[in-house]
Amino acid sequence: MPVGGGSGWACPGGRYRAVVTYLDAASAAPLHPVAQQALLAALEDGWADPGKLYAQARRARQLLDAARASVAESLRVRPDELFFAPSGTAAARAAVRGGLAGRSRAGNVFVHSAIEHSAVLYAAQAHEAAGGRALSVPVDRLGRVDLDAWRAAVTAPGAALAALIAASHEVGTVQPAVDTGAVPLYVDAAQTVPWGPPPQGWSLLTASAHKWGGPPGVGILVVRKSVRCAFEESSVDLPAIVAAAASLRAVHADAAAEAARLRPLVDRIRETVPRTVPDVEVVGDPVDRLPHLVTFSCLYVDGEALLHALDRRGFAVSSGSSCTADTLRPSHVLEAMGVLSHGNVRVSLHRRITSGDVDRFLAELPGIVADLRAESGVTAL
Amino acid sequence: MTEPAEVLDCLGQRCPLPVIALARRLPELPVGAVLRVLADDPAAANDIAAWCRLRDQEFLGSPGTNAYDVRRR
Repeated sequence: MPVGGGSGWACPGGRYRAVVTYLDAASAAPLHPVAQQALLAALEDGWADPGKLYAQARRARQLLDAARASVAESLRVRPDELFFAPSGTAAARAAVRGGLAGRSRAGNVFVHSAIEHSAVLYAAQAHEAAGGRALSVPVDRLGRVDLDAWRAAVTAPGAALAALIAASHEVGTVQPAVDTGAVPLYVDAAQTVPWGPPPQGWSLLTASAHKWGGPPGVGILVVRKSVRCAFEESSVDLPAIVAAAASLRAVHADAAAEAARLRPLVDRIRETVPRTVPDVEVVGDPVDRLPHLVTFSCLYVDGEALLHALDRRGFAVSSGSSCTADTLRPSHVLEAMGVLSHGNVRVSLHRRITSGDVDRFLAELPGIVADLRAESGVTAL
Repeated sequence: MTEPAEVLDCLGQRCPLPVIALARRLPELPVGAVLRVLADDPAAANDIAAWCRLRDQEFLGSPGTNAYDVRRR
């Protein structure tokens, strides 16, 4: 029987563990029940190609138009400004590439913060490889962009497009409002869109449905009418889009109450872990941050070992430590902030997580870390 | 540049092992002594500097590739 964050997922070999406490909503939130219902209904009703000229296709076209109108309303934008992409990553790539292409006469410098999502950084590298320039703006220890450096970068000759992530997916820090002057601003709002419509002041915006409990494989790209950014929407996953639209409405309806419920749970983790686990650095802005996400690093602990130990106790978390990355490099976000990258744990909560789940995590963590430190003989350093 | 009193070879070790080696050895050196850590783990540059900040030791920077100097306070 699933309890709290437990979803009743299969648990190979886990005879003693019927429950997985899933604490990685920032990677993918569990599918919202509204998304599930809408997905099943749309699979029945919306399987045809919306571009064709028969009754089933017209029905599919109606569903797509309605989904677009619904997401646009949720985000307070116009439906003809909103495009669906195959993923949040694809949307981010399209925003950078399209935004820069549309500004090629103004310049070729792509200004971005040092803590953008890797999809944006890869797009920056591709821009450089194609002869353009990219300028990374540093952040402080809390992960807030250096406003003086930002201002200098966006007002320098050749600045074509500026990208600033709305809130860090790794440490939860929400960025201050920035001025980009005449340079269009691209905002990766993947982590903030689940909590409500974005504030104004941007030209391009992207989001990803599986961050709010929609299905995977639905990216959102919004291009303001004042900006040139060519994007061709092709072969969309209509049932997934319908589910994404329905769940975004449902999630926004509860967002204020859910944020008010989760914020104290995150506060509890932020306050308890440094008291109960020696030598821990809690990272990210303590005030201006996402309501559901907290990150900390445990000195002298191997991040991969920590993830596996937590997994054995039934906790699914993420990490920015190098040993947990495919690239074997530490998180560029933690590096840019200059905070400890080993022994790193990111906990991100969602609607199924209860106060009891958090208490159980907090009760088990000190022993898990102590055991790992004892195993590597680092008890008295 | 201050010549190191000792060189700690952590090449080939994955983080957090170089940081652990540093934390073990530095307190055994006299105050003011410089310990050079050789480490090629991609996280070493960041984590040795972060350790110095957390432990209130002086990070002197990197005198060369895969080398990091720390002065005991």
